[in-house]
Amino acid sequence: MANTTTSVAPARTQKAPEAGALVARRKRRYTLLTRHDKILIALMVGVPLTLDLVLIWGPTIASVVLSFTNWSGIGPITDKNFIGFKNYQFMFTGYTLFWPAFMHNLIWLAWLTFIATPLGMFFAVLLDREMRGTRIYQSVFFLPVVLSLVVVGFIWELQYAPTEGFINNAFGLVKSGKLIDWLGNPRINLFAILVATSWRHIGYIMILYLAGLKSVDPSLREAARVDGATEVQTFFSVILPVMAPINVIIVVVTAIEALRAFDIAFIINQGKNGLELLSILITNNSISEASLVGFGSAIAVILLLISIGPIVLFLSRTMRTLA
Amino acid sequence: MSVIAATTARPLVRRAQRRIRPARVILQAFLIAMVVVWLFPLFWAIYASLRPYSDTVQHGYLSWPANGLSFINYQNVWTQGEIPYYYLNTLVIVVPGVILTLLLASMVAFCCTQFSWRFNLIVLMLFTAGNLLPPQVIIVPLYWIYLHTPIPMLGSIDIGTKFSFAIFSDNNLLYDQYIGIILIHVVFQTGFATFVLSNYMKTITKEITESALVDGANVLRIWWSVVLPLCRPALAAMATLLFTFMYNDFFWALILLSHGDKRPITTALNNLQGEFLINNNLIAAGALLACLPPIIVYILLQKHFVAGLTLGSTKG
Amino acid sequence: MGDSREAKRVQNFLALQDEALRLNPHLTRRDVLKIAGYGSLAAFIAACGGGATNTPTGITATGGTMSLGSYNTDPGSKAGTQAIVDAFTAANGGTKVKLNTVDHGTFQNTISQYLQGTPEDAFTWFSGHRMRFFAAKGLATPIDDVWSAVKSNYTSGFEASIKGNDGKAYAIPTDYYPWAVFYRKDVWAAKGYSVPKNWDDFKALCAKMKSDGLIPIAFADKDGWPAQGTFDILNLRLNGYDFHVNLLTGQNGQKWTDPKVTAVFKKWSEITQYYSPAFAGLTWEQGADQLLRKQAGMYLLGLFVSDEFKASGSQADVDQLDFFAFPHVGSSFDAEEALDAPIDVYMLTAKSPTLQNDLGQAKAFLEFVSKGSTQVTYWKNAPGSIPTANDADTSQYPALTKKAVQIVSGAKKITQYFDRDSRPDFAGPNGMQGFLLKFLSNPSQDTTNLQKDMQNFWDSLPPE
Repeated sequence: MANTTTSVAPARTQKAPEAGALVARRKRRYTLLTRHDKILIALMVGVPLTLDLVLIWGPTIASVVLSFTNWSGIGPITDKNFIGFKNYQFMFTGYTLFWPAFMHNLIWLAWLTFIATPLGMFFAVLLDREMRGTRIYQSVFFLPVVLSLVVVGFIWELQYAPTEGFINNAFGLVKSGKLIDWLGNPRINLFAILVATSWRHIGYIMILYLAGLKSVDPSLREAARVDGATEVQTFFSVILPVMAPINVIIVVVTAIEALRAFDIAFIINQGKNGLELLSILITNNSISEASLVGFGSAIAVILLLISIGPIVLFLSRTMRTLA
Repeated sequence: MSVIAATTARPLVRRAQRRIRPARVILQAFLIAMVVVWLFPLFWAIYASLRPYSDTVQHGYLSWPANGLSFINYQNVWTQGEIPYYYLNTLVIVVPGVILTLLLASMVAFCCTQFSWRFNLIVLMLFTAGNLLPPQVIIVPLYWIYLHTPIPMLGSIDIGTKFSFAIFSDNNLLYDQYIGIILIHVVFQTGFATFVLSNYMKTITKEITESALVDGANVLRIWWSVVLPLCRPALAAMATLLFTFMYNDFFWALILLSHGDKRPITTALNNLQGEFLINNNLIAAGALLACLPPIIVYILLQKHFVAGLTLGSTKG
Repeated sequence: MGDSREAKRVQNFLALQDEALRLNPHLTRRDVLKIAGYGSLAAFIAACGGGATNTPTGITATGGTMSLGSYNTDPGSKAGTQAIVDAFTAANGGTKVKLNTVDHGTFQNTISQYLQGTPEDAFTWFSGHRMRFFAAKGLATPIDDVWSAVKSNYTSGFEASIKGNDGKAYAIPTDYYPWAVFYRKDVWAAKGYSVPKNWDDFKALCAKMKSDGLIPIAFADKDGWPAQGTFDILNLRLNGYDFHVNLLTGQNGQKWTDPKVTAVFKKWSEITQYYSPAFAGLTWEQGADQLLRKQAGMYLLGLFVSDEFKASGSQADVDQLDFFAFPHVGSSFDAEEALDAPIDVYMLTAKSPTLQNDLGQAKAFLEFVSKGSTQVTYWKNAPGSIPTANDADTSQYPALTKKAVQIVSGAKKITQYFDRDSRPDFAGPNGMQGFLLKFLSNPSQDTTNLQKDMQNFWDSLPPE
């Protein structure tokens, strides 16, 4: 689950009126920090930073380096292992599964962007009013978010199983022999698990968006109502533009979720036969019996490059509020 | 009735409500329908878990169990599937993980927001971005690091006959150790936690820190005694979220633990499926037991959950 | 008992004790003895005097500890493994065995990490290329000494399956099972079916079953590997053993684009219409259930289908199980009577941190599982796994098992199964498993491009 949040409050500029005085104070404050303090600060930041660099950014760079090798993960890496761009060549031109997996990630992204996220926003808009039971509705829609994707996968397998699942049995398909193979038919299984993922994704987006809606100045809505705008008009012409920063966050969260998709496809059938995704290909190539570490790393680099877009977007938007 | 409740609200709104009441009814109806649709898969799983497998075999999946509902699946999965044991594994990983993450993240957030120095922003960016990466991008080199980092073997804490928490390793490596999993969780989630806590701490004026410095406190003291207590709502919110994220993790434990009996419950569900073949009723019981703690946490601490996700607007 | 041996054993044990005390300074010598299962040093020596020695070769050790990694999580095989472990502890002077059970799928998928990390001393695995692949990477310990001690208990056919590329022995075979076409005797008797003698008979039988309302051939390929069984047997029948082996290992320049491979797919497409509906969403256990519940007429699977019959059904159901060899297809290779008969083995890891200390006990374990009596203990829990040892007590075998032994011994050529005869990186979920699923999603397709993809994938793999 993408661990992102909205920074909903407009930047509290309590410091603005005191800018001049603060500069003077800042200068003074630096002398308040003893040497001891500076060391402490260095440690307080340095230790987590080192861990972050060693365990996350270091391996990221290592993955990039490994993508130029054909190392099997066992034993030392020698000069012989470096094969230049051959992994990339094979991946783009020869590997049957790469483009389908890429397509599946794109389909995942499109589904989340055009169906799941809008539905989440829609629910948020519906619930953003004084109405009985809105707390209960929120709780219900958000409930799947606290379930792990593994549990979500199991729950939906009970629905989708060809001979024992609810759907095929409830609609009489088992009896009439016209089974729909929800999870085994490569043409539809991706959409089947997208429905399961949306079950979770919609609640997540709903909460994020709801918080954003609640922070919209009520007087804007009042003004629109006084002017006679309908709810729909109010939403699209007044509220949506004001929520621009939130919208960006929502878009980024959606994109990152789409790129991180892994758990549910993996536990359904290990990510084959229509459920291939880039993250699955990485895992099945480098950390499975196959041990094709170099090749897997090349796919990882592609996933990394694609992820950089949304990450940079997120950073540029949110760092503004922090700077 | 909503009208009575609205009499205390602005009169303009009340008139609006009266005008659109039929629409409100439709809305409620729609929402109730959606609630049913939303909860159905979960209810179906609960229903499946309350039927014995033999009954399903005989009468199919769509019938009411012949002998009524029973908890036998829960009993079986609790004992055969050794669920309490996996709960313990999860607890041992998640609780230290949450605490450590909050400690580290609040430290970084504190330093980056209360003091300005040159690389402030870059550090924050590194942390935040690190958490947005898909884990598969870093898993192979990470695995190699885990296999080659020496960790001292200083004994262990044993509970009962099966559970053993090694201090800090039982094979001199980071691999296949509880602390290894705790470590990667902490490092991975610190990014998100730092970001949220930074957002929150930005609203604490630097004067508070300044005056504490003037009073002669060192930064560590200020962090612990002054700033952290002010961040209690944010910390509570983060704790709820972090608990859920770490509890629901599947991937790290799958790759970085090789012993089946050290795995936390989310990853151990796979083991259950292998063991009980196609007894869907039993597996449903196992899955529901697995997701019970986060649901309980959510129901009890819903406020914090939502606050954590939307931080910035709840400081009051 | 020779005094020198006893003295050596005591010496070994004391050395182990010293090591244990060094690592755990809070223990006393008595504690260490207790841990090893003895009340005192005197008791240990007494046990030496009266205890059983396993072999005359001195490579094994009693008492102490060892660890075992196992993928046997199915109820029958899990109980069987526990039974073996308990029997070993009793027979080997109280050796404490630490058992690490991981579900079958995860164990296989993470085997590379497992073996490189901190594995147990011994582990369950498969023979064939799949074993050689990891042995060649130095992740298994050669056990020539153990093999020479036990090889008299095996027919020569097993020797080839446990040798690595360097000619050293790496594994002890413990059980095997043939792949054949299974059916229920009662269903066939009721409907008047008889065993088909050739391909045309087989198709006719399928058609008859379909009109009788049965699923003619149960098929379940969610896991990806079951389909490889059908590929194997068709390829063996049509093109012969040598072609098959060359194809799976890329030897002698054999390519997947060969028209002989196309012929296999063509033949296969003649029976796919008789498969279970939605087979790509069914696991093999669900396929077996279709046979068990009289919904399907036949099932091409390994003998382990009887394990599922036992787990989900009753002994009466197991007694109704019967099989026939895959029918002849009318080629010159029918005479080879070839079939898949995979062999399961136990091996020693190379990187276990405790292996140096436990080497004697680990080798004792391997010797123990090579005995017929041990294998029969396992078989009693998992009737689909036929013991490999010569001295196994076959008098207890029911008719089904005897028939299985016969069909394997009557075969002139035996293969290990696709994913054990070929490279694991080629045969896996994003390799051949995926390709076969692609074929099965549209069996009547022109497979030229698919075969090109298979060959490209093979060519892309790094040298072994």
